[in-house]
Amino acid sequence: MVGPTSGEARTIGSRVSHYVHYGIFLISVPNLIVIGAMVAVFVLALVLRLPRHGRGA
Amino acid sequence: MTAGTSRTARRADVDPRPARAVPYDLVREVLVVCGVVLVLVLALSAVFSSPDDPPTTIRSFAQQSPLVFLHTALGDLDGSGEIASYGPPYNQGDHAVQYLGPVSLQKLAGVTIPINTAQDFVLGPLQPLATVEPPVAAALDRFNAASPAQRKAWEAAYGTALDAAVSSGATSLQAPAAAGPVGPMLAGLLEEAQVGSLDGLLLTSSRFYATDYTKPLLFLQGAAMHNRASALNFLGTQWGMMNETGSYPGQAWLWLYTFWYQVPAIATSPNGDAIVWAIMAVLTLLLVLVPWLPGINRLPGRLGVYRWIWRDWYREHPVGPPGGTFGPAGPPGGGPRAGP
Amino acid sequence: MSTNLTARLRARLVAALPPEQLLPDSQPEYVRSYVYVFGAMTLASFILLIASGVVLALFGPGWWHASPVGHFFNSIHFWSVQAFFFFMVLHLWAQFFMAAWRGGRRITWLTGAVTFVVSIGAAFTGYLSQQNFDSQWIAVQGKDAMNAIGIGAYFNLLNFGQMYTFHVFLLPVAVAGLTTLHLLQVRRRGVVPPIPPRELGR
Repeated sequence: MVGPTSGEARTIGSRVSHYVHYGIFLISVPNLIVIGAMVAVFVLALVLRLPRHGRGA
Repeated sequence: MTAGTSRTARRADVDPRPARAVPYDLVREVLVVCGVVLVLVLALSAVFSSPDDPPTTIRSFAQQSPLVFLHTALGDLDGSGEIASYGPPYNQGDHAVQYLGPVSLQKLAGVTIPINTAQDFVLGPLQPLATVEPPVAAALDRFNAASPAQRKAWEAAYGTALDAAVSSGATSLQAPAAAGPVGPMLAGLLEEAQVGSLDGLLLTSSRFYATDYTKPLLFLQGAAMHNRASALNFLGTQWGMMNETGSYPGQAWLWLYTFWYQVPAIATSPNGDAIVWAIMAVLTLLLVLVPWLPGINRLPGRLGVYRWIWRDWYREHPVGPPGGTFGPAGPPGGGPRAGP
Repeated sequence: MSTNLTARLRARLVAALPPEQLLPDSQPEYVRSYVYVFGAMTLASFILLIASGVVLALFGPGWWHASPVGHFFNSIHFWSVQAFFFFMVLHLWAQFFMAAWRGGRRITWLTGAVTFVVSIGAAFTGYLSQQNFDSQWIAVQGKDAMNAIGIGAYFNLLNFGQMYTFHVFLLPVAVAGLTTLHLLQVRRRGVVPPIPPRELGR
């Protein structure tokens, strides 16, 4: 289920993130984006080729 | 390369074949990387800013939920509140004492931050008000002079009236005569809280400078914060340690620590915190000692991700029959040795 | 050998870590993947953390709540810590998949892992130093865990002054010291060579 967390925090003035709830897992969309980005960046780092360092010597 | 490679080349766990040295500029790499991270962080800061939800004050709590405030104060006065019977380090109660097997490190550490909730949270803070409001002074004198049984009876009568007011949906409480001095006392405390005095009284006591918020936070730690935290998915059972106010990432690196609180047996255990600490202490030790753990220290060799990292090296340095390469296909049976 | 202790110490240090190894201008040909950059990214994030933290410290813990400029520096600090853990965890994954403790590099792994653990404490005290609802809630929630193992009195999350000094002095010094140790070990032992193909292994 994806949806805004309802209720009380809003009345106190706090904005509340969207959360993804699946079984025992409850994770905010920003955290999910960060973790997804970590996996993506790691895979990209594996796949992409690092250009040879040629300028330093 | 230099000493590192020659020293270790004899070891069976690293590729023994000599590697060419290629030009490299460490300083340039660090500078470029610093620039990239700086631009990334500046962009994120400019676009998304950062979260800053204002704190809950005793004043805002008393103004928004006066009856819940009175319930908290009554619990501090009559000893039924969470902190009143918490246990070490605050007092000798046992409400929150945790054990690991037969041992309670909590009890061994003893009472080091003594808190008497009736005195520290109710009777003490009423003193300044009593100097300017004679009815409060009279109520305090009467309460202090009464027997413990008499106090209990007043507190019980007040509690009954408070519960009735809460269930009837009332927003204020007219204390019954049977509550004796407890009525004017808690009304006085509510008044102090609503004008903001109680925040300061709990913070400073006798000192001028203050950096220790133990008392005001212990006063607020129950119902006052719980509802707000629950709506923000901050509770332990909501993976709360990872979460943040607003639409921001939180301390996602605490995922494993907060995971254990989702296990029902741990979440409901009175020793849950101690159990999670014990598990995490062991797991942390395992992480630190990975190189020495038989099996785990060879796991990377079996996982084979390294074949991607060094694919050029393996392609340019084939072994085995002419033309054969050591590459992503790899030898059967999980690939090369991963270490001693 | 000389009896001059200074000369002996210098000789040992130079032998352990010659200048060309401390600041190399060449590296083995097998270093050819972006995963090697995660360590440098972590270091860059840490430098930015310290820099933004110094600005926040100069103006005191209440500044950023009232000043837009202060809030911007808080944002830099906030996203730096996100970047720091982001890249540190990627660095940890990469070093694990390379089994980077091979060839006499086990202590390098150990100091890195300890740095990770201490960094979690440094970030945690930072969240406690924010003076907002986050700090309040983390303090009252976390205190039960600290109390449960008997350290609540010595590491009192409800004591802002204590948490603030841990955050702005004690733990950053610890992380910086451990990082230095870690980097010196990396320079001393060199980057880990590839895992040997089975035909070459013993």
